[in-house]
Amino acid sequence: MSKVEFNKETGPREVFCGLTSIVWLHRRMPDAFFLVVGSRTCAHLIQSAAGVMIFAEPRFGTAILEEKDLAGLADAHEELDRVVNDLIARRPEIKTLFLVGSCPSEVIKLDLATVAEKLNKRFFGQVRFVNYSGSGIETTFTQGEDGALKALIPLMESSNEEKLLLVGTLANNVEDRFKKIFTNLGISNIESFPPRQSTELPKIGKNTKVLLTQPYLSDTVRDLKHRGCEIISAPFPLGIEGSTKWFLAAAKAFKISELKVHEIISPLINRAKLALDSHKEILKGKRLFLLPESQLEISLARFLHNECEMDLIEVGTPYLNKDLMKEEINLLPENTKIVEGQHVEKQLDRVRETSPDLVVCGMGLANPLEAEGISTKWSIEMVFSPIHGIDQAADLAGLFSKPLKRNQILTSKSLVTH
Amino acid sequence: MELTLWTYEGPPHVGAMRIASSMKDIHYVLHAPQGDTYADLLFTMIERRGQRPPVTYTTFQARDLGGDTAELVKKNIKEAVERFKPKTLLVGESCTAELIQDQPGALAKGMGFDMPIVNLELPAYSKKENWGASETFYQLTRTLLKEKVSSSEKISPLRWKELGRRPKVNILGPSLLGFRCRDDVIEIQRILSEQGIDTNVVAPLGASPDDIERLIDAEVNICLYQEIAEASCEWLRRNFGMEYTNTIPIGIKNTIEFINEVHNKLDLPLTNKEELENKSKLPWYSKSVDSNYLTGKRVFIFGDGTHAIAAAKIAKEELGFEVVGLGTYSREMARQVRATAKDLNVEALITNNYLEVEDAMKKAAPELVLGTQMERHSAKRLGIPCSVISTPMHVQDVPARYSPQMGWEGANVIFDDWVHPLMMGLEEHLIDMFKHDFEFVDGHQSHLGHTATQTKDFLNSDEKKEKNSKEGIIWTESGRAELTKVPFFVRGKVKTNTEKYAILRGIPEISDETLYDAKAYFS
Repeated sequence: MSKVEFNKETGPREVFCGLTSIVWLHRRMPDAFFLVVGSRTCAHLIQSAAGVMIFAEPRFGTAILEEKDLAGLADAHEELDRVVNDLIARRPEIKTLFLVGSCPSEVIKLDLATVAEKLNKRFFGQVRFVNYSGSGIETTFTQGEDGALKALIPLMESSNEEKLLLVGTLANNVEDRFKKIFTNLGISNIESFPPRQSTELPKIGKNTKVLLTQPYLSDTVRDLKHRGCEIISAPFPLGIEGSTKWFLAAAKAFKISELKVHEIISPLINRAKLALDSHKEILKGKRLFLLPESQLEISLARFLHNECEMDLIEVGTPYLNKDLMKEEINLLPENTKIVEGQHVEKQLDRVRETSPDLVVCGMGLANPLEAEGISTKWSIEMVFSPIHGIDQAADLAGLFSKPLKRNQILTSKSLVTH
Repeated sequence: MELTLWTYEGPPHVGAMRIASSMKDIHYVLHAPQGDTYADLLFTMIERRGQRPPVTYTTFQARDLGGDTAELVKKNIKEAVERFKPKTLLVGESCTAELIQDQPGALAKGMGFDMPIVNLELPAYSKKENWGASETFYQLTRTLLKEKVSSSEKISPLRWKELGRRPKVNILGPSLLGFRCRDDVIEIQRILSEQGIDTNVVAPLGASPDDIERLIDAEVNICLYQEIAEASCEWLRRNFGMEYTNTIPIGIKNTIEFINEVHNKLDLPLTNKEELENKSKLPWYSKSVDSNYLTGKRVFIFGDGTHAIAAAKIAKEELGFEVVGLGTYSREMARQVRATAKDLNVEALITNNYLEVEDAMKKAAPELVLGTQMERHSAKRLGIPCSVISTPMHVQDVPARYSPQMGWEGANVIFDDWVHPLMMGLEEHLIDMFKHDFEFVDGHQSHLGHTATQTKDFLNSDEKKEKNSKEGIIWTESGRAELTKVPFFVRGKVKTNTEKYAILRGIPEISDETLYDAKAYFS
């Protein structure tokens, strides 16, 4: 492991909670509904994080706790029952209903597991109920997906068939590209988790080789291991380097020669390098500060330094699973400063002291930093854009070069911002 | 428990954030878990603010719950005070912190600071955003002024005469994330100034705690948005005798009435009464011959209480529309909205469920919807033009240009914003003339070109049902053919009425003649 500087920080944070991941999870599985059991804050959070109004009746909602629900727990269970009945009557096409715990439901110790169990019996053969927590007291942003996937694992049947299992939500087009490349490599049995239909869960067992597409799935990985799956150790498929090593690691697990991998992906790499050049020109030598949010920060730092020649000032991450991130950390330059956790005020002090050329941060902080003359990129965009794989490397770089390019075009400096 | 797919209002602590973020020299310590910081983006993204909201989130985690969360609160308060040096500190909790009962306000008061501390108790499980904003503004006003209550004499609205200066008023209620507040304040100040009235303080938008203490230098309070300011105005009236206005100056009639009300309260002679009607272009534009086609246009209105009530009055009295639906999500203003609806002979819809609003909209078969951004989406699905008149805020509701809702310019803005989505008079006349030409696409509307297919789908699905209505009535060929000749925006209504008529008369098959019989019967 390279000599990376690890720091921990605690204090007030400026990050989303795990409920936010419902925004992409519900789109991935169009036959699933996500019912948050929480407060008006939870409902308001998801609709605000989604950033737009709802164009149709959404497949997520909140059972908002009211004062009378807090008075007695038995009541709350009955009430939840009623809400679920209404919902299923209204949306008969729903096949899986996720009961999602929140901060208030966790604090009042509402037992969603028992509720789910009862409902599973009642709606047997019609709707499946799964529960997990997306609460802010336990989860950060993308960690919500970890909880949702972990909750599905007990529903997955066992099979000893050899297969490659891609774990973590991907954009559909990226997923298709990956499957094509793996097929060309000679891996024929490829499945994804989460699947595109919640009812089409892959079967798993000792010949399942798990390849992670996202770095925030610690609990899911642990449970897949318990089910006998083999976890392929690799960096994450962001950028040319990460994706190449990712393909190589998978090929190795299936005893496919490195030569074969290079043969298949070399044209892709050459093409991607060409596309990356114009972005690199802008990013080269620019100083980058990543605030913690999406959990993709370490992989992004690796890509933006190694392939786009940016200088890393600080790499924030909401939490650090050193085991899962081992391969990534090994690829970071010497003396990279990683900060786990956050004290948002102190971190912003460091941003101002080091005056970076670009800051990756949440939406709450972006405009205030822009107003101080610091270019920003919203981290939430990383989880909504197709950024994985060799073919997308230039698009990924483009997310970071665009704000800098814009800053070159718009030269006025001291703007009044109200 | 209430199933909510989308909510018009946030939780009450977001209302408190609106007050804190609107003001200067204030800091809000919010006892809240990770994730509640999402609310910052409402200000930095929707309002494009260049500053973060002045809020410190204690960010407690599950592991803190076993230990001492009270210490965590105190640590955050101490750090926030040292760093931001506020003149007044607000302390409160979000929904989850309310459950663990650390009483952060009481903790803050025990920490020995010499600045005023406002302890906010905003019940997250029964109240909503506007209530939270109102309560916060009220508690803040009360905290900063309560010591002056006993020493102060009742404030006479005529005091300006004794003092030998122009009368002074406060403008209370405008806040961030309020609909067009930024520009309404400018418009109202301009109008008052023209009438010889000075503005003492605008609050909460742009005010500091010092300004709140200066509120009693004015003679009268202007309650610009009841949702936010009425509680504070009422407290100032009870304790300092300050009178406040009830008229919301949206629309020509209300603006004139508002000016009258202010003059009456101040006993200031109104010398330019005749000029007032011509300050805005709305009265003439509405009178001009091109606007004839606006007569009786069916309009459906839904929004916050203040804007919905004002819109109903303008629609009926100033533009000659027919109000076919009126509702609000502001439960606090339900009584007033019901009263307005009663005058208009419609039933008020009081709900926080946008699907209910969409259903009501569908049933009312309006030609124009005046609503929130959510009604804009619902109306789009139904192929009905819509103009946005109320919060919840969307980035489009913070336009770069000057675009008030209140006063003279507000009336100009309203005329344009409401009328442009409808077809211009001549255009409609031509479409009517040519609609039987084969080139004509049914449902065509120049400004809604991209939704024409959606409109068609909506109608087709409706037409499928036409063959067999649920009461078993059959539409004959001639009946169906005649129905398609009815303008699409009233077709639903005509269909329902004709069926109603057929049932009433026991007619099993609807022909073209039945359609005309029904038309005569209901007109």
